[in-house]
Amino acid sequence: MFWSHHFVPFSRISKMSRKWQYGISMLVLITISAICFALSPYMAPQLVAFILLLALSLIAMFFDILPVLLSALVSALIWDYFFLLPRYNLRVGNTGDRILLSMYFVIALVNAVLTFKIRQMEKEARDKEEKAKTLKLYNTLLNSLSHEFRTPIATIIGATDNLLAEPSRLTGTDSRRLLTEISRASMRLNRQVENLLNTSRLESGFIRPRKEWCDLRELISSTIQHLDEWIGRHLVKVEIRKGFPLVRLDYGLMEQVLTNLVYNAALYTPAGSTIRITADCEDENLIIIVEDNGPGLPPAEIDKVFDKFYRPELARTGGVGLGLSIVKGFVEAHSGAIELKNIPAGGARFVIRMPVEKLSIKQTGKWVTPKY
Amino acid sequence: MGHPEILVIDDETAIRRLLEITLQSNGYSVTHAATGKAGLIEAARRSPDLIILDLGLPDESGHETLKKLREWSSRPIIILSVHSHEKDIIAALDNGANDYLVKPFRTGELLARIRSALRGTGPEDTRPLISFGAFEIDLSARTVKKGSESLKLTATQYALLALFGRNEGKVLTHQYLLREIWGADHIDQLQYLRVFIAQLRKKIEKDPNRPEHILTESGIGYRFIGEP
Repeated sequence: MFWSHHFVPFSRISKMSRKWQYGISMLVLITISAICFALSPYMAPQLVAFILLLALSLIAMFFDILPVLLSALVSALIWDYFFLLPRYNLRVGNTGDRILLSMYFVIALVNAVLTFKIRQMEKEARDKEEKAKTLKLYNTLLNSLSHEFRTPIATIIGATDNLLAEPSRLTGTDSRRLLTEISRASMRLNRQVENLLNTSRLESGFIRPRKEWCDLRELISSTIQHLDEWIGRHLVKVEIRKGFPLVRLDYGLMEQVLTNLVYNAALYTPAGSTIRITADCEDENLIIIVEDNGPGLPPAEIDKVFDKFYRPELARTGGVGLGLSIVKGFVEAHSGAIELKNIPAGGARFVIRMPVEKLSIKQTGKWVTPKY
Repeated sequence: MGHPEILVIDDETAIRRLLEITLQSNGYSVTHAATGKAGLIEAARRSPDLIILDLGLPDESGHETLKKLREWSSRPIIILSVHSHEKDIIAALDNGANDYLVKPFRTGELLARIRSALRGTGPEDTRPLISFGAFEIDLSARTVKKGSESLKLTATQYALLALFGRNEGKVLTHQYLLREIWGADHIDQLQYLRVFIAQLRKKIEKDPNRPEHILTESGIGYRFIGEP
């Protein structure tokens, strides 16, 4: 069962069309027979039979059952016609050779059928494994979802029960606090739904960036404005040089990327921390850095943060662990890459690097004059 | 005008009830319809001051209802929808919707949009003077003043600002802005818009990185707010 796992290119061979499989197996047989034929003065016909059987086994490893059966038949005929005495006809001289030929044919057939069966079993095992993996992922999803959804739902139900049942027993401040909890819980639910939708978009493979010219400064500032109520207790700094060129990106996807990164930084750093967003161009690449001066991540967890459903150990705040996997997916949809590093002085630094088209602002002088 | 009347066309009872409470407590009178057909009949019979329309209706797509409404009504229509896809929103705006909000929406936002849509009622804003913040646009003299000083703008910057001023509170799609300012041949040249928006923000925003007047509607266009 080793081959298809280790010889990846060969597994592609078995996906070739039947026509090609027939052609190639015939070609292999003919080539090997021709070489053996040239060397036949030095080789016993039995040795040739073994060599042909070996070739047949190789063919059986990669091709469908029908081309393999045909190869078995053709190789038996070739052996009989060109190598078995008397040569150049299909007659067989003596009983011993007749037995040899039938043995050859039977071994070739058994070989073909057995290899085919093994391959089928292997495929079944692989499918099973795949299913188990999907199931495990599905269970993880359900577990974290039920936690992430039930917590805010519990808050909403509990708070509304209180407000509806005995309004008179609640002080004004209490009612207000309950209402605030309801509002918070629903926003949390909304964010989770948003993340789930984005994840399913990524899973379905339908994400094709709709690239358009973007002003990165505008993209960053509108992202920060939308996040106002979540990052109110953090200091956000943006560093982007004057005259930064326009870049071609999918505005919506990149806004989501920055939203998740900044939201994430705000979630996992104490109030009063600084979140710094830097943009720069390096050759053909756009570099966006989002960093904070919080505690950073345990080194052992750095590689895992972009995994789906990953949540840091000791995570105190919510999240299904989809935010950063969405970031990675959207960045990769732009043919870019993202990496996370701890800053020696403390804090986490996310670096996005993606190839972009640029348009220098200076070029805008050449643009058409408007209708006016 | 007494209580402005708002027609809500939405098939979700919960949303209709929420809107009824929200709108009535803010001084509007409310009628509703649960299907596109019923909505059209209500709109014809009562001629409401504003219509709130859901895109996902049971009998026909809200886009259809919108088109039929626009055949004879010029009253403001605000789209309220769970579809947050840019294409949907742009299509609705192109079909004559004045504004859109994606569910879930914040009440304050909805009320602000309703106020701004009702303010802009009338076929074309013909005021010669539009003021916002510390600025005043004089459409007949084609000048912009900040207090008593005149603001230096290029012809394009002025055209863009005047267009915004005449459509206060309304989402203007990229394509619309490009067509109005540069002409139909240039509706794909988003880069023009990005650059001139940045220039304009530098001149009229207190902090160009936190714009209060020219707001970005991501993937769709821009919205001009006079008094934030």
